[in-house]
Parts: sequence; C-alpha cells; structure tokens
Amino acid sequence: MRHLHNIGLYFIMINKMFHKPTKWSVMKQLILKDIEDLVINSLGIIAFVSFFIGGVITIQTALNMENPLLPNYLVGFATRQSIVLEFAPTIISIIMAGKVGSFITSSIGSMRVTEQIDALEVMGINPLNYLVFPKAVAMLVYPFIISISMFVGVLGGLIACIFGGYSSVDDFIAGVQMDFIPFHMAYSFIKTFIFAFILATIPSFHGYYMRGGALEVGKASTTSFVWTSVSIILINFILTQMLLS
Amino acid sequence: MLKINQLYKSFNNIEVLKGINAEFNSGETSLIIGQSGSGKTVLLKCLLDLHSYDEGDIFYGNKKLNELSENEKMKLKSKIGTVFQGSALFDSMNIEENVMLPLKMFTNYKNDEIEDRANFVLKRVNLINVNKKMPSEASGGMQKRVAIARAIVNNPEYLFCDEPNSGLDPKTAIIIDNLIKEITTEYNIITVINSHDMNSVMEIGDKIIFLKDGLKEWEGSKENIFKTDNNAVTDFVYSSNLYRKVRETFNK
Repeated sequence: MRHLHNIGLYFIMINKMFHKPTKWSVMKQLILKDIEDLVINSLGIIAFVSFFIGGVITIQTALNMENPLLPNYLVGFATRQSIVLEFAPTIISIIMAGKVGSFITSSIGSMRVTEQIDALEVMGINPLNYLVFPKAVAMLVYPFIISISMFVGVLGGLIACIFGGYSSVDDFIAGVQMDFIPFHMAYSFIKTFIFAFILATIPSFHGYYMRGGALEVGKASTTSFVWTSVSIILINFILTQMLLS
Repeated sequence: MLKINQLYKSFNNIEVLKGINAEFNSGETSLIIGQSGSGKTVLLKCLLDLHSYDEGDIFYGNKKLNELSENEKMKLKSKIGTVFQGSALFDSMNIEENVMLPLKMFTNYKNDEIEDRANFVLKRVNLINVNKKMPSEASGGMQKRVAIARAIVNNPEYLFCDEPNSGLDPKTAIIIDNLIKEITTEYNIITVINSHDMNSVMEIGDKIIFLKDGLKEWEGSKENIFKTDNNAVTDFVYSSNLYRKVRETFNK
C-alpha cells in the first residue's frame, strides 16, 4: 500500500514540477549549475570505469573463444555489442544512480531538514520547479556522457586486446565495424534519455519527501539508490522487449 | 491587519490548535510565546500557508487565506518575509545571492539595481564586506542578520520570525531582537515572532500571546505580563531562576 502511495506521489511530483515556472533568468543559471554538478563532474569516473570494463569485456570474450574456427574479429564485435547495447546505457546509469542519485537525494534532503525548502515555499517559489525541473533538464545532456562511455569502453577493449595479444588491431577494428545496425544506437539512446529522467526525478522524490534529520537523509539516499536501480533495470527489460524483440 | 479567527488544526486526530483568535497590527511587534509543544510553530506555519488548517479563518487584510487563488497566494507571499529558526539560508549561494534571490524572482529590476538594494539591506542589518561569504562561513548571529536582510529585501508588509534568537549568545540575541523591532517600526510592517525567550518579550514585545496546549491562554503587553495572576503565564515567566530572583528581590 505504501509503495502504491509513493508511486502516486511521484507522479503528482512530476506534474507539480511544471507548475509556477521559475523566472528564466534564474532557471538558466540553475540548469547550467546542474549540468556541471550532475554531468560534467561525472565524466572522470565514467571514463575510468568504461575504459577498464571495456578492457575486461575484451579479455573475457577472447579467453572464452577456445574454438579455433571462430574468427579473431569476433572479439571486437562482442566488445562493441556489449558496450553499446548494455554496458554504456544501463550499467553506467546504475553507477550514476549511486553517484548522481545520492548527491541529488542528499542535497534536496538537507534542504528539507534545514527548512530551505520551506523558505522557498514561503517566498512564493514552487520548490519542485526550482529544484527538480533544472535537474531533469540538465540530464538531457546525459547521453553525451554515454557516448563518451561507449567510445572509451571500445578504446579500453582495443588497448587490452593489443597488450594482451588476443587479436590484431585490424581484426579488432574490423569486428567493431562489422554488421553495424544503426538502430542499436537509437535503441541505446532512447534508453539513455529515459534513464536520465529517472536519474533526475526518483532521487529528487526521495530527497523532497523525506522527513526527519541527518540520519534520515542518509537512509533516503540509500533508498533512492535502490529504487533508482530497480526502476532502471525494470525499464531496461521492458524497453528491450519493446524495441529489439 | 492580520487576523486569526477560531483556528483549529489537528494531526492524526490530535488537536494541536484549539480555536485560536488573534489580531496583529502594522508597526507592532507581536510575540507568540509558550512552552515547546504548545502549538506556536504550527500556528506560524498555518499563517505562512505551509500547513493547511481544519477550521477557522486567517485574514490577510480583508481576504481569507484559504479562499485565495494560486496567483493571489503567490502575490501575497511576495509581501511576506520570513526568518526561520535555523536561518534557512541557501547553502549553494553566497550571502549576497541569498539576499538577491527574492528580487531576482519577483521583480524586473536590472542587475545593478538588485545589487544596490541587496547592499542597502545588508548594510541596514549591519553586515558590510561579507557579500561573497558562503553561509557556512558566517557565524550564527551573522546568518540571522542575513536571513532578516533576505526577509526585508522585498519591502514586505508582513514579517514572521520563528525563534529568531535561538542558539545565539544573550548579547547577539538582544541585537537581533532590537533589529527586528527597529525594522518593524521603520517600515510599519506587521511582525509576528515565535519565541520562548523572556528577554525577547521584555525587549520588543508590544503584544504578547501566550499559548498552552493549543489554546490561547493569555494576551497582553510586556508591562502587564508580570502583573497577571494567570497561573500558566506566571509558571512560564518565572520558570527562569533569574526572573524568580528578581521577583523575590522586589517582594522583599
């Protein structure tokens, strides 16, 4: 029952987010700040994780290809497919649920605890439009991170391949280019846009509606991570079924 | 004029406000006093429209708060300044940006006009050369002054303060109290302060309303609070050793 109530409250929050819009001159600054906090500041960790996971995917694939009849370029092909279809959009989004999601929940939750949200409300500012809407807009830049993750992941795979001696550079690149289906990129970015909205709004929901003190802010961050990840995984399944099957 | 008429509020069937009546006038500093849990903060939050209420009316001028449209409420809120217990300054903004926010949101002033007005109110609360400091770098007293500056920057008609001097040393508390009093008379605004500090009552209380268990137990001025024979009020007033000793000295 409580979960149903929360789902209803989440959609009410989304609706209220568009009411009483904040003045554009103020909103513009909030959006730019959120782009920096949520997207630009995540570039380092995303590049790091993507590079090494790309490398690991290549090594695992190469080591499991024991059949000598399998061509070497399959390593590059498998790396590309894994990274473009699943790793970059889905796994990176789950990592972002930990990094960006807990940042959003704790920052909005702290504002709730210290009455800053009440202060916005009594000033006549719609706190949801002021706090959540710019995050949702800022996360429209999120696919930019995912494209970087795809590139760095494949690059990591290539470097692991060269240094591990699993296949030649030409074979790897041929594999990466083989049977390229442009719709796979579209599928990947459709997922990314939806995950971006989830990453901005579910953690905001948990921060905005939390009650209590500092301890509850911590609990809200954990809950927010769990629900954001669960939502991403479920929506990933539904979208994959709808778009690829 | 701000008027409260038979205000009732309950949470989970527990009545917190039980038919409060009060009237607040321009240029007057009114204090709502009472022990913790007496309903002071709930009453203030009802006045600020942060809580809805079950029965009764709140009149801002001649308009009922719960009958205002969203736009009218927004207009009303731009005439209200609030100082929260913990100051509620925005952590992500420096002091100047905190003060400028209401102007940026609700006026069409140019940037330099907004800056001038922010500097003027910061100077009015005796804060000079602190514009670029972050709230976390400011002392408790300084934060309260910034909160007051932010509350008055829009020339409000109403000023609400929730325990404005809690957590401050006695000297700074008196400075903050006097600042609120001066601003109230200078701009002829309606000021309502929640407090449980008897020093504030003595310093600035033009009108005092004493709440107990959600009921208005007593109303009067700072001059006659010491003369009342209402047991609840005398219990509250003389709960402090200092005031008890003063009374004993005078009675000798």
